[in-house]
Amino acid sequence: MTILLLALRRLAASVPTLLVILAGLFLLLQLAPGDTVDALMAQMGGGDPATADELRRYYGLDLPAAAQLARYLGRLVQLDLGQSAIYGKPVATVIAERLPVTLLLMGASLSLAFLGGIVLGVLAARRIGQWPDTLISTFGLMFYATPSFWFGLMGIVLFAIHLGWLPAGGFEEVGAGYAGLTRILDIARHLVLPTLTLALVFLATYLRIMRASMLEVMSLDYVRTARAKGLGETGVIVHHALRNALLPMVTLVGLQAGTMLGGSVVVESVFALPGLGRLAYESVVQRDLNTLLGIVFVSALLVITVNFVVDLIYGRLDPRIAAGR
Amino acid sequence: MSGLLSIENLSVRLPPGADRSHALTGVSLAVAKNEILCVVGESGSGKSVLANTVMRLLPPGVRPDAGAVLFRGRDLVGVPEAEMRRLRGREIGMIFQEPMTALNPLRRAGDQIAETFRIHTTLRAREIREKALALLAEVRMPDPVAALRAYPHELSGGQRQRVMIAMALALEPALLIADEPTTALDVTTQGRILALIREIQARRGMGVLFITHDFGVVAEIADRVAVMQSGRLVEEGPADAVLNRPRAPYTRALIAAVPPLLPRARSGTAAPAILTLEGVSKTYRKGGGLIPGRARVTHAVRQVSLSLPRGTTLGIVGESGSGKSTLARCIVRLLDPDTGSIRLGDTDLAALSRRAMRGQAGRVQMVFQDPFASLNPRRRAGELVAQGPMLQGVSRRDALAKARELFGLVGLDPAAMDRLPHEFSGGQRQRIGLARALAMEPEVLVADEPVSALDVSVQAQVLALLDSLRDRLGLSMLFITHDLRVAGQICDRIAVMKDGAVVEAGPTAEVFAAPQAAYTRALLDAVPGRAWIPGRPHVPAA
Repeated sequence: MTILLLALRRLAASVPTLLVILAGLFLLLQLAPGDTVDALMAQMGGGDPATADELRRYYGLDLPAAAQLARYLGRLVQLDLGQSAIYGKPVATVIAERLPVTLLLMGASLSLAFLGGIVLGVLAARRIGQWPDTLISTFGLMFYATPSFWFGLMGIVLFAIHLGWLPAGGFEEVGAGYAGLTRILDIARHLVLPTLTLALVFLATYLRIMRASMLEVMSLDYVRTARAKGLGETGVIVHHALRNALLPMVTLVGLQAGTMLGGSVVVESVFALPGLGRLAYESVVQRDLNTLLGIVFVSALLVITVNFVVDLIYGRLDPRIAAGR
Repeated sequence: MSGLLSIENLSVRLPPGADRSHALTGVSLAVAKNEILCVVGESGSGKSVLANTVMRLLPPGVRPDAGAVLFRGRDLVGVPEAEMRRLRGREIGMIFQEPMTALNPLRRAGDQIAETFRIHTTLRAREIREKALALLAEVRMPDPVAALRAYPHELSGGQRQRVMIAMALALEPALLIADEPTTALDVTTQGRILALIREIQARRGMGVLFITHDFGVVAEIADRVAVMQSGRLVEEGPADAVLNRPRAPYTRALIAAVPPLLPRARSGTAAPAILTLEGVSKTYRKGGGLIPGRARVTHAVRQVSLSLPRGTTLGIVGESGSGKSTLARCIVRLLDPDTGSIRLGDTDLAALSRRAMRGQAGRVQMVFQDPFASLNPRRRAGELVAQGPMLQGVSRRDALAKARELFGLVGLDPAAMDRLPHEFSGGQRQRIGLARALAMEPEVLVADEPVSALDVSVQAQVLALLDSLRDRLGLSMLFITHDLRVAGQICDRIAVMKDGAVVEAGPTAEVFAAPQAAYTRALLDAVPGRAWIPGRPHVPAA
């Protein structure tokens, strides 16, 4: 009950932010030349201005920008994201079709980056100054410094084209008619490269944070207390250092949820994945205002949710937070 | 005497680049069963390194390079790590200084006590719980059942230290190492913890290696005393002999620097008041947000009325949380008091606006507790001192000339004005802080625990300096302290604070001789080694 109340409060607190983002995006797109109808006409191979005017009236694009925005927000209050002119379907449906792919990609990448970051960070901190630390830190820096699209492209060249181990793109084998476990395995195979591509940059960040955090925690008094009790090194790390060192990591995950969503636009484009990021890109190109606003709205909700979950986890990890609330 | 721990000719090497090559040089000591050996020394004497060498918990790069640490006849220096782990917690228990940080903040107290059992025994969870409960009862934890489930932040400093002691005693170790276990605690709590350690030691016949910097604590608890200086053993012997008939000049100097728990001769009896507080209150509100009922309200200072006669020192004495620092901050208007008046001469400081206060800022100046944190590390010492007058419109050249003069006045070499704060020792930094305050030519100096972070010999120098400056410059001083020995040394009058209110105020001699409030009596009783007066034969405590 308290959790629900907290969630509602958080949501209410983010309403102004959400409004500013939506209004800003709306106005920004007004500045760009051309609109949905131009894109539609281009798809149809051109047409006379009378048809275009008719279409504009049909989609409500003849109204002044402020009126359009007001109408959009009015519908949003009723949780109606409107119609997509390009896809000819409700925006909610279009997004619902693409969302699972992005969620899967994000979830897998986040887990990989988080777990990998913890393991490598702890390893590096344990062997500070020795070769495992040097190796891990060097690779971390490389991953961090390289743009993810380049990783994706090189991954395709090496693993899909030269070695032929993994598919070069797509979400699953179209038309293969797989079902059940075979389908799951097929999707997993398709997602290996995108997940790695998206995760590596974040993994590099996490491992650096984890290494620093671990080094700090290992020098604290209670770690010495634990050693004075006769606890071995592994016990000290598992029972005392790890959970304390995780606190800054968890904060970072919440902060980076939005960045990761942004990164998925690039990765989905490189690997031709039918996800939210690619949908956003296509919507911009096609001036599909309703879809774009819908995506922004859903992404914002997603980031808010992730941050809320992170806060809850943080409260669970650190009893001092719950006391302060 | 059966030897339990015997340290023979031990030397511990520091990593290259440290201020000396060895933390310890040729130290030989022994702890027998059923005795408390106090190792006393100032910071940097190597006493903590000694404790950590026995436990083999030295930081990387610091290791013994000569001598032996014999525990029940076995040399711990060469014992394999796995064997050492078996000894830690089981045969040798250890208590640390800082109860705030020595417990893992994310795990319950009971769980952390239970861990000792889980590491060394095969007891079942229920048996462990019972033992942990019994231990908490033994260390006199109020409500042991609740304490088992409490997180460290939910316990007070004294309670945390009780948990630490329970943890160290869990498996009835033969040797207990206590590294400044009461230094971070309030004086009344310290008294109770010392009594507890003494009592459990006697009941179990443990040997205790007790590290401290405080001769009062030594007088309270030690059977034998070892004095250390710069990694060497200076003197060792029975407590009575070392405390009352010290042989080594260093020991004598240290003991001479301990302020006796005696009031000083009064001065400036009938001078008119320069600073008068009337009904000063300060309340902190925390949390609650839009719902006022949920805010936590702390009455940090309630209805305090005091007066400071011109040219004298008024001590404000109290434990942590008594509101003494909040009061000091209200007087210099770092905080705005909620009610009451603070009269300096004929100006009510409490009624001034922030802007008007800046004009008056020179009249009341403050010296802060922590000489390490209260000086901007990126500014040169001379600039730090000259900054205040320059803000008041004095030219840079005049301000620096004045700073040079003040450096001489507080006993610093004026040539050191171009150095950065980290190049000075703690005592020297406190002198810079003093010069910074004096540069404003204040009428009243508010000193908030100015000596509590300093070693005892440095403390004595700074106190003497404060005293002589007061007389030479005609200052009036408000001296905040938790230490009654220090208060007795420097204050003409004292006011005792508890929970934000003044419970007793009067001339120091009268308060010490015949304390009226029960709390004042408790404070005086809790001063460690109160029966021991440096330089006089030891009177054993009843």
